[in-house]
Amino acid sequence: MTSRFREQMEEALFPPFVALLVALIFGDLLILSYGQSPASVYRLLLEGTWGNAYGFGQVLYKATTLAFTGLAVSLGIRAGLFNVGAESQLAAGGFLAALVGLGLSPAVPGVIGVPLCMLAAALGGGIVGAIPAFLRVKFGAHEVIVTIMLNFVVLAFLNWIIANHLHVPETLHTPEIHNGAIPRLSQFIPAFHGSAANLTILIALLAAAGVWFLLFRTRRGYELRAVGLQPDAAEYGGVSVGGVWFRALTLSGAIAGLGGINYVLGYKHYYEDQFAGGSGFLGIAVALVGRNHPIGVILAALFFATLSQGGLAIHAFVPKQMVEVLQGVVIIAVAMSVPEVRRALRQARRPASA
Amino acid sequence: MTAPTATATDRAQPAIRMQGIDKSFGPVRANRGASLEVIPGEIHALVGENGAGKSTLMRILGGLMKPDRGKLEVNGRDVTGWSTNDAIAAGIGVVHQHFMLVPTLTVAENIVLGQEPVKTGMFDYERAVAEVQALSKETGLAVSADRKVSELSVGEAQRVEILKTLFRGAKILVLDEPTAVLSPPEVKELWTVLRRLRDAGGTIVLITHRLDEVMNLSDTITVMRGGETIERIKTATTSPAEIARAMVGRDVNLMSRQGEPLGVGEHSTAPEAVPISSDYSAALEVTDLVVTGSQHTRVVDGVTFVIQPGEILGIAGVEGNGQTELIEAIAGLRKTESGSIRISGHVITDKDVSERRSAGLAHIPEDRHRRGLILDYSIADNLLLGRQDTFASRGVLDTDRIDENASTQIKSFDIRPPSALLPARALSGGNQQKVVIAREMGHDFTVLLASQPTRGVDVGAIEFIHERLRAARADHKAILLVSAELNEVLALADRVAVMYRGKFAVVMPVAEATEETLGEYMIGTRKESAA
Amino acid sequence: MNPISFLTQMLRISVPYLFAASGGVIAERAGIISLALEGFMLTGAFSATLGAYYSGSPWIGVLCGILGGLVFGMIHAVATIRYRADQVVVGIAINLLAVGVTRFFLKLAFASSSNSPRINGFPAKLSAHGFDNPLLWMGLLVAPVLAFLLYRTRFGLRARAVGEHPDAAESVGIPVARVRYAAVALSGMLAALGGVYLALDQHQFTDQMTAGRGFIAVAAVIFGRWDPLRAALACLLFAAAETLQIQLQGNHIIPSQFVEMIPYVLTIVALAGVVGKATPPAALGKTEH
Repeated sequence: MTSRFREQMEEALFPPFVALLVALIFGDLLILSYGQSPASVYRLLLEGTWGNAYGFGQVLYKATTLAFTGLAVSLGIRAGLFNVGAESQLAAGGFLAALVGLGLSPAVPGVIGVPLCMLAAALGGGIVGAIPAFLRVKFGAHEVIVTIMLNFVVLAFLNWIIANHLHVPETLHTPEIHNGAIPRLSQFIPAFHGSAANLTILIALLAAAGVWFLLFRTRRGYELRAVGLQPDAAEYGGVSVGGVWFRALTLSGAIAGLGGINYVLGYKHYYEDQFAGGSGFLGIAVALVGRNHPIGVILAALFFATLSQGGLAIHAFVPKQMVEVLQGVVIIAVAMSVPEVRRALRQARRPASA
Repeated sequence: MTAPTATATDRAQPAIRMQGIDKSFGPVRANRGASLEVIPGEIHALVGENGAGKSTLMRILGGLMKPDRGKLEVNGRDVTGWSTNDAIAAGIGVVHQHFMLVPTLTVAENIVLGQEPVKTGMFDYERAVAEVQALSKETGLAVSADRKVSELSVGEAQRVEILKTLFRGAKILVLDEPTAVLSPPEVKELWTVLRRLRDAGGTIVLITHRLDEVMNLSDTITVMRGGETIERIKTATTSPAEIARAMVGRDVNLMSRQGEPLGVGEHSTAPEAVPISSDYSAALEVTDLVVTGSQHTRVVDGVTFVIQPGEILGIAGVEGNGQTELIEAIAGLRKTESGSIRISGHVITDKDVSERRSAGLAHIPEDRHRRGLILDYSIADNLLLGRQDTFASRGVLDTDRIDENASTQIKSFDIRPPSALLPARALSGGNQQKVVIAREMGHDFTVLLASQPTRGVDVGAIEFIHERLRAARADHKAILLVSAELNEVLALADRVAVMYRGKFAVVMPVAEATEETLGEYMIGTRKESAA
Repeated sequence: MNPISFLTQMLRISVPYLFAASGGVIAERAGIISLALEGFMLTGAFSATLGAYYSGSPWIGVLCGILGGLVFGMIHAVATIRYRADQVVVGIAINLLAVGVTRFFLKLAFASSSNSPRINGFPAKLSAHGFDNPLLWMGLLVAPVLAFLLYRTRFGLRARAVGEHPDAAESVGIPVARVRYAAVALSGMLAALGGVYLALDQHQFTDQMTAGRGFIAVAAVIFGRWDPLRAALACLLFAAAETLQIQLQGNHIIPSQFVEMIPYVLTIVALAGVVGKATPPAALGKTEH
């Protein structure tokens, strides 16, 4: 391991380390303000998440959705683009998956049905992602604002469709899908009984592997990262920067859309209004803490999922709202540490000779 | 106050005295023991090539940065390490090369910014306008106080910059390459203004590398090179050739034609001509090329030339005369307005960058940090840039071939440290450049564009790079060399062209070229009728 | 539907937007991306509720609301200016933080997950239209006052310079960071006032009561091209659409969801340059080296 590699690892790992540290310190303060002992609360948190099968299953379930949105955002950032629209892309993907799932007859074998629904999910997210992509390349419209605005538009639109056309009475969700259901983990490992964890986990891992392969082993990935690092050099290297931007943002949307299957195909088997529940925005935090690397994203997804599920586990002692506060604090702390670490390491580094 | 005569200078207290100034940015030593002495009431030219350390020295004077070592005295007072506010208060006004004007604010707002007149707590815009108009009239610098800066011409914007400093009571003016962006009539105007300011008692430091400006305007000259101060001369006692020689340096004697050191002014006899193949087919043909710049000016104004296989055409000239844009246009990084470009007879004028590469074009860009390398990519990955598709089969990168390519190139180009996984950022300038050259010259090509190939490169690497360029020529490659180092052009090229204001002022065989004649074409005092 | 009641309702609806959008304008003109308006608003609403509840006085509530906005504004400022954290990320994080913090203290102070107990708003004596609410008048005046601040005071001139060309400002001795701190602090306080109005008008704090108004304010800033008066007009436009939809409810001419979309669609259209160029302050978002 050369010293260069070690320094790259330092720059990559320091911020997540900060995340953990900040979570612990701030968590301590909040717990103490409730008159509880941090040690026992943390123990309870761990027991409620990684310490029992149901809790762990819930962690896995939540981490799966976050992995998709985290991968989506991190892919965009690798290309130099900020996709804040994962929330609506996730919803659109889930919606299209449910549509296809409703449209397919149960007679079609699941081996065809599930992939079709997955394709629909990716398509849904991809369409929503293509809009800011197009506007950025054609008009220079900054994708941050476009995706934020589009979130509201798409979610309102989906709400209208459900509320007026597709909902089961007294609810805000569609009828149950006829095809495309993904089996729960509890079907294979009975210990997970009751948790929402399902085989989408495997798809998430495959997606992470796929993104890794794309970014680091393909020529298109080489070009995408180049555009994100130094667009002038990429242009010199014959890469069409606008083309990369368009494909990256659209693919980012598709990945986020694919994440919708976790809820729609794997858990409830219907589309429900607002099912995304903030996972799109949290995906930004996951990408940030995961340093935009697929492996980091998986780990960060697990971290945030643990926090979220852990909040429920300790609810009797400390309100679960503490977890939400912690989330915000961690994100800000990590965001602050990234430029500091980069600056400090860069000053400490010296090239080989003057 | 009249301007002091030459003989009185040793008696008068210097307006500015800088001694032993050291300033480093990481490994780069921008100033090494640099010095400057400016007497009051003179126009003092600070000359040197790019990277000589002039701007850094002036930034230290203006309080934008502190020196690592050394002393700065203004009007006899030790002010080493002072801030911009201190400098402004002491009467130093800096006019930067890249204007520090807020485009969306008006002229008056920009001039009074930071010292705005107030009336009952509010910003008194009317008074600002009035004060600016008064100052404008007093100094003869015509500006429209109420217009937005974004609407101004370059000459007007510069006048605003100067007024900004005068508004703050500047008595010592520092101008960084002020005429680089001006048209000839605007240049004359500025010279008049500067003379007037000097005659009114102001002291002016002029950073420039335009020798005609130096000769016409200045009273004293300080020459810098490589971060050091080389000479301080009275303008009346020197000549452009002498200044140019001091700027470029006599001890750069590795610029030889066949590897032997040269003295100043010497060139060895014409080299053995590389036999040109019998079927006449130019490697690179550029015809009537026109490129327009940001202000709708023609930065490349109808350039025509031909390079044969086995030939090096060197373009000399002060930077900023269109060389950068010419290279970028040929490389496909900039749009051409009109004209044509052909490689081995094939028209490439409308082709994109990768198509030009496939047609046989290689390009060593002048800014390796921005274009030539992706600093966070490894050496191995940088060696692919521009050719990444040839290292992939069905979209997937062939890691074996990439590693093989890396180790071959590292070995044959002696890149150090020889570790393919190191990020390019970690290499020295010379080794970074070697990566670029290994990539561009390590594969088959017909035409090579080499732009400032040895800038920021250590002596040993310079020799290596020159070796490679000569070997490519011997191998029947065509090379278009652009360099701000005149000696480099003279050492390598078969024919030399001088670029001035977007045109080729002259093209001549290198045997006929001398520093003096070329210098005159470079500053525009000599023109040839046909290119 | 009579025009007077339409107008008065529209004005009342526009007040939170007016406050928040003004906050957005001043921060962005100084070069700091302002996506945390929602969080500032929510914080202001809750702080005001706390203050009004424990003191019984709405004015104490207002003061507390401003304080809450100031605190969150300073968090944003320190993270983005001193530590150069990514401004978009911090903005989003502040929004998440505000939700979490308000919920946390809602539980702690009022033992509820959804709303606070009733608080005193401003006494409504004269009319039912709400025009004796001093905050309403403040809201209607905030945009012209901000315009005055931005275009006729030294601070405004410097803020604009800092947002367009911080290097130029620095070269004439203007303390860029300090100006930006002031702008962001001000934006926090102004946006918080929007939330204060909401809480006092509804006489309680409800979980996530801002319901996306902060983002409509962002839309107004962009649609209004970063000018206080134009942004205010955009706020009025968006409030008018909302009022129209409320008053037409039951007529089903246009579904409410589509009316909801109007501000956002308009902003996207503006960004695509269809209604003239939307050029943000040149240095917006660039504190990274």
